[in-house]
Amino acid sequence: MTTPEQDRKPVRVFLVDDHALFRAGVRAELAAHGQDVEVVGEAGSVGEAVAGIEHHHPDVVLLDVHMPDGGGAEVLRRVRPANPSVVFLALSVSDAAEDVIAVIRGGARGYVTKTISSQELAKSVRRVAEGDAVFSPRLAGFVLDAFSERPGAAPIADPELDLLTPREREVLRLLARGYAYKEIASELFISVKTVETHVSSVLRKTQLSNRYELSRWATDRRLV
Amino acid sequence: MATRTCACDHSGVSSQQLVEEENATPEVFADRRLRRSGAHKIAGGVAGGLAEHLNVPVIWVRAGFTVLTAIGFVGPLAYVLLWMFAAQAPPEERASEMDAKERQQGIALLALGIGLFMVITVLSGSLAQWFIVPTTVGIGGAALVWREADEAQRRKWRDGARTGVTGFFGEGSAKARLRMIVGVLLVCGGVGLFLFQQVSPGLVPPVLIAILATLVGVGVITVPWWLRLVRDLDDERSARIRDQEREEIAAHLHDSVLQTLALIQKQAESPREVVKLARSQERQLRTWLYGPTGYGRGRAAAAEANEAADAPVTFGTLHEAIAVACGEVEDTFDVSVEQVVVGDCPMNVRLTALVQAAREAIVNSAKHSGVGEVSVYAEIEPDTVTVFVRDRGKGFDPEQVPDDRHGLADSIRGRMDRHGGKVRLRTSPGEGTEVQLEMPRKKEAKA
Repeated sequence: MTTPEQDRKPVRVFLVDDHALFRAGVRAELAAHGQDVEVVGEAGSVGEAVAGIEHHHPDVVLLDVHMPDGGGAEVLRRVRPANPSVVFLALSVSDAAEDVIAVIRGGARGYVTKTISSQELAKSVRRVAEGDAVFSPRLAGFVLDAFSERPGAAPIADPELDLLTPREREVLRLLARGYAYKEIASELFISVKTVETHVSSVLRKTQLSNRYELSRWATDRRLV
Repeated sequence: MATRTCACDHSGVSSQQLVEEENATPEVFADRRLRRSGAHKIAGGVAGGLAEHLNVPVIWVRAGFTVLTAIGFVGPLAYVLLWMFAAQAPPEERASEMDAKERQQGIALLALGIGLFMVITVLSGSLAQWFIVPTTVGIGGAALVWREADEAQRRKWRDGARTGVTGFFGEGSAKARLRMIVGVLLVCGGVGLFLFQQVSPGLVPPVLIAILATLVGVGVITVPWWLRLVRDLDDERSARIRDQEREEIAAHLHDSVLQTLALIQKQAESPREVVKLARSQERQLRTWLYGPTGYGRGRAAAAEANEAADAPVTFGTLHEAIAVACGEVEDTFDVSVEQVVVGDCPMNVRLTALVQAAREAIVNSAKHSGVGEVSVYAEIEPDTVTVFVRDRGKGFDPEQVPDDRHGLADSIRGRMDRHGGKVRLRTSPGEGTEVQLEMPRKKEAKA
C-alpha cells in the first residue's frame, strides 16, 4: 500500500460475512484504498456466496469463518474445485484454533483478525492476490502450536509435510512476535522474497499435512 | 436453585445441570411434598420421609409401622405403597448420615412387628398361614430390587448420566448386580411359594407356562409404548438442556454486552472511555467463548476444566496468567495488547515472576513507546518459557536511562535474575523496543 505501482489494476474483492453491518464497515474501509482494492460484491450466507463468487469471479474472497450452514469452510468446499483461480483470505473474530486451522486447511491463503487496520487489510488482500500467504501473529501462533513437538502428539508419517524446518520455525516465531515481512527479512538476513517463500511453504504444510487431524489437534493442544 | 445444587458434588457442570432438571419443581411445592428420606433410611427411607413430612420424630413413625404390622400385616403393605408413590429426596438433603444405633433400632422394630404379627396370627389362628410367608419373602425381594433402583437414580444424579433408562439397570458394581439378582429370586420365590401352596402339584408346569406366556405377551404388546416413553424422555431432556443453554447465553449477553453497550452510549462524548469499554468487553466475551473454560469449548472441556479447577493451583495456567496481565495493562493504560501464546503449562513461582516481569515490560511499552499497540508473544517449550514484549514505538538508548528509573532494572531484570531467568533488551531510538524474557521451567536448568 505504501507505494502502489501506477499501472496495476485494483484487486477485485468479494465480501462474505453474515453481518451486514460488518460488510458495510469493510466496504467503507476498503473504499479508502480504491486504487488498490475494489469490492465487486458481497454475500451474507453460504448459498449467496457460492452464487456470487461464481458470477463475479473475484480475485480475492474475504471470508468470514463463522456463518450459519457450515461457515467459511463450506464456501471453500463448494467454490474451490470449480474456481481454482479464486483466492480466499479468512477474516474472523474467532479465537478458536480449530476454526482457524479448518479454513486454512480448506484452502484459504491466510487469516487476519477483524480488528486489523484498513491499511493492513488492503495490503493483505494485495498480498494474497499476488500468491503469497498472509499470517497474522495469531495464525502463526496456532500453526507453531500445531507443529510443536510434545509427548503424546501424533507420530510423524511424512517428514516432508509433518515437520517445519528450523528456518520456517524462526520465521513463524517472528511473525507471532508481530514482525512484518520486511522486519523478518532484516532480522534473519534474508530477502523479503525468501520470507514469503518460507511462509508459503508453511501454509502448504498446514494445508496438506495429515499430522494433525483436527479433533486430535484440539485435544493435543490441552496437553504439555 | 443454584445454592442448593452447588453443595451436592464436584463432578462438573453436566451433573449439576441434571440435578437441577430433576429438581425442577418450584421451591414452594418442594417442601410440601412427601419425599423418601435419604438421611434416615433403612429400607426405602419411607419412615424418615414421612416423619419429615409430618414433622414428628422418626421413631414414632417406625413404631406406627410396627403396630400396623402386628395388626394384620398392614404395615409392610402401607410401606410398600408409600415407597412406590413417593419420590426419592434429592441427594443434597441427605447430608447427615444415619448412625448405626438408629439402624439397629429400626431393624429391631421391624423384627418386633413381624414377631408380634406371627404371635397374634398363631394365637388367634384366624389368618391363613399360606399368606404370610410368601408375602414376606416377596416383599423382602421387592425391597432389595427397589433399593437398587434408588441407588441407580442416585448414581445418575452423581455421575450426571444423560440417558435416563440405561442408568436404571445398566452400570453398577458386581455387588449391586448380586443384590438385584437376589431380590429378583426372592420375589420369584415368594410368588412360587404362593403357587405351590395354592395349586396342586400336577398343575404347576402349565400354570408356570401360562404365567410366562402372559408376561411375554404383555411385554410384546407394550414394546411401542416403552420405546415412545424412552424417546419422549430423551426429547424432553434435550429440549430442557437447550432451553437452559439459551437462558445461559441470554443471561450472559444481558450482564455483559448489553450493560457495556449502555455504558458506551452514556460515554459517547469520550472516545477514550468508549474504546476502553469496548476493549474490556471484547476480552471478557472472548474469554467466555474461547477461553479454557469457555462456552465454545464444549461441555466436556468445561467439565474437565472445572475438575482441574478443584486442584490446589492458585493461578491456573500460564496462558491465563498472561491474558490477565495483558488485560490489566490494556485497561489501565489504554493501549491494545496483542498476545499470542504457544503451548501452555501450569503456573509456579518462577513463572509468576516471569509474568510479573512481562507485565512490567508491557507497562513500560504502554507508557513510554508513544504508540497504542504492544505485541506479546509467549512460547512454552519443554524446558523453557520465553516471552517477547514488543512495540514499534520510539525506542530509547539503554545507556541514557536515568539512574532513578527502576522499572527495567528492578522490576524486570532483578525479578528474572532472582529466579534464574534471562533478559535481553533490543532497542534504539526510533526503532521500537523488544524485551525478551526467558525462564527455565525446572530448577536444574538454572546452571
